[in-house]
Amino acid sequence: MGPPLKCAAATKRLVTRHYLDGRYVRHYGKTAWVTSGAPVELLKALGFFVLYPENHGALCGARRAAEALCRESEAAGYSSDICSYARTDLGSLLSGRTPVGRLPRPDVLVCCTNICQTVLAWYRVLSDHFNAPLLVVDTPFLYAEAPPHAKAYVLAQIEAMVEPLERIAGRSLNQDRLKRTVKYSRDAAELWNRITEMGRRKPAPLTAFDQFIHMAPIVEMRGDSRTVDFYAAMLRELEERARLGIGAVQRERARLVWDNLPVWHQLRFLSEFFAEKGAAVVAATYTKAWGELAPLLQESQPFEAMADTYLHVLLNRGTGSKLDTIRALVKEFDADGVVFHSDRSCKPYSIGQMGQRDSVVRQDGIPALLLEADHNDPRSWSRSQNINRLEAFMEVVAR
Amino acid sequence: MSETAPAAYGLDVGSTAVKLVGLDTDGNAVRQSLEPTEPALQKQLGRILESIQERRDGGPLPLVVTGYGRGLVPGPARRVTEITCHARGIFQLFEREGTLLDVGGQDSKAVSVGPGGNVLDFLMNDKCAAGTGRFLEYTASRLNLRVDEIGPAALQSSGETPISSTCTVFAESEIVSLIAQGTDLGAILKGLHRSLVQRLSGMIRAVGFRPPLMLSGGVARNDAVVNMLSDAFDCKALVPESPEFTGALGAALTALEGRP
Repeated sequence: MGPPLKCAAATKRLVTRHYLDGRYVRHYGKTAWVTSGAPVELLKALGFFVLYPENHGALCGARRAAEALCRESEAAGYSSDICSYARTDLGSLLSGRTPVGRLPRPDVLVCCTNICQTVLAWYRVLSDHFNAPLLVVDTPFLYAEAPPHAKAYVLAQIEAMVEPLERIAGRSLNQDRLKRTVKYSRDAAELWNRITEMGRRKPAPLTAFDQFIHMAPIVEMRGDSRTVDFYAAMLRELEERARLGIGAVQRERARLVWDNLPVWHQLRFLSEFFAEKGAAVVAATYTKAWGELAPLLQESQPFEAMADTYLHVLLNRGTGSKLDTIRALVKEFDADGVVFHSDRSCKPYSIGQMGQRDSVVRQDGIPALLLEADHNDPRSWSRSQNINRLEAFMEVVAR
Repeated sequence: MSETAPAAYGLDVGSTAVKLVGLDTDGNAVRQSLEPTEPALQKQLGRILESIQERRDGGPLPLVVTGYGRGLVPGPARRVTEITCHARGIFQLFEREGTLLDVGGQDSKAVSVGPGGNVLDFLMNDKCAAGTGRFLEYTASRLNLRVDEIGPAALQSSGETPISSTCTVFAESEIVSLIAQGTDLGAILKGLHRSLVQRLSGMIRAVGFRPPLMLSGGVARNDAVVNMLSDAFDCKALVPESPEFTGALGAALTALEGRP
């Protein structure tokens, strides 16, 4: 592995501070729990402290706390076939355990269906548990271009959220503040996009594993000036590394693209495995998804911008669109292979991967691997089998 | 096997058996041995390694280790996966590009073999016993038969009972109830083989079948499996004389040629 990124300390500080704020927010403000693809700008502009159960789940996964929490929810009757983020979150709720100390109770729940349908059931459970109101944004699935009626439908739902949210927040929406928040979101997303694009350099100054670690702010702290400042500093560091020719992987010999969520509990193992083989995972569809929609976030019409952005997230588009994304990444990042993480817990992301893998291998002649795992539940990780597949795949790539 | 001393070795540490192949400088197999994998595998491997002759100058001979237990082999041996080794081994034997199916004791793999025996693509079933040799071993023992008896018994049967279960454990329950209904044993065995072959065929199609179909691994000794696969793909499946040594042969070739 190359030298670690200096911004790691800042990421840790930012995320720790965020959860620390959460512990005391009840004394001065209101809290919203939201899905990762929710129109957070509206909530931020109304002064809500925003918590992402999915991000908290990922944090539990990376700190190896998820399995015990999943078991808690399974003991309460939730099936092990349910998404492990949901099981981690519900397990944390039922047991009161979390590596971050304490999570603030939600005053409102906002669930957007653009990432999956599981969130609908999950957030209803949360709503029952906390006796908190639930607001749902339903985003029609896009097989191709978004039809005007889909945009109008999502726009109407976001506009309809203003009144109940104002009531819960105890304040009115300030349009200037909303526009400012949308701009912060766009600025951060643009910076994040440029950060992920740095993987095009040879050697790549960062890997997808670095991106997985440093993506927490773009997911859970969008619409915040501190997030913009943080990513501006991270980009400067990466540009400096690229200028000096410092690679994230020493003696980079192969370049790979990653599809799907990370395997949080194996992040270190996988990054070290690839690094030892001289393989840099230079791009990931998952991290790209948090930057690619930046141009849609135009603050001049903040509601239209939110509707357009959250309708077009990667998981709300057809599998053909994901294949196009993968092919573009292979080409633009000059990749030698693709690793498809078949994520037992994320069906919307994993469906279509067999066909996508076939297209990449047979039509494009690019080696590709289907790696079966689960983003948060280590019980779905077969170590020896997966090492065998990974090693065989690297023998094909490195030939 | 000739008396010539090997110049390179390949060791395939599989879940069912440990296979060793020694090649002379021309790539001819001059030593070949197989023993069942023992629970004290490390000790067993130590003994096998001791038996490998050293070069005249006392240095170790080139050795490549493959198979699930390859990580257990100490020393400077190179480790290469069985996917690469089986592809190289089968290419050496048949000198053909095509599709390789290796059915081992613990897993099965379909490999698209390209020029020079290079792996173009591969798919593995390493999670479910129903697509592996274990399926036959398990069900054979339930019927009080040796694993080498079930293929011929299935071939002799004119009838065939469909086994609907796709799971080894559930297939056993199904067999129990079929026996209780007085179903003919040969018909049950034929159904069991069909069930395995259907699973394997799915994997071969998924990797993109290109003829010929070549088989390796111990299950390739089962004629019922070979015949049914040949029928399924409408081409005579090619089976090496000693299919279980294909991986060790590929490993030995890799050692001899010093290939990555």
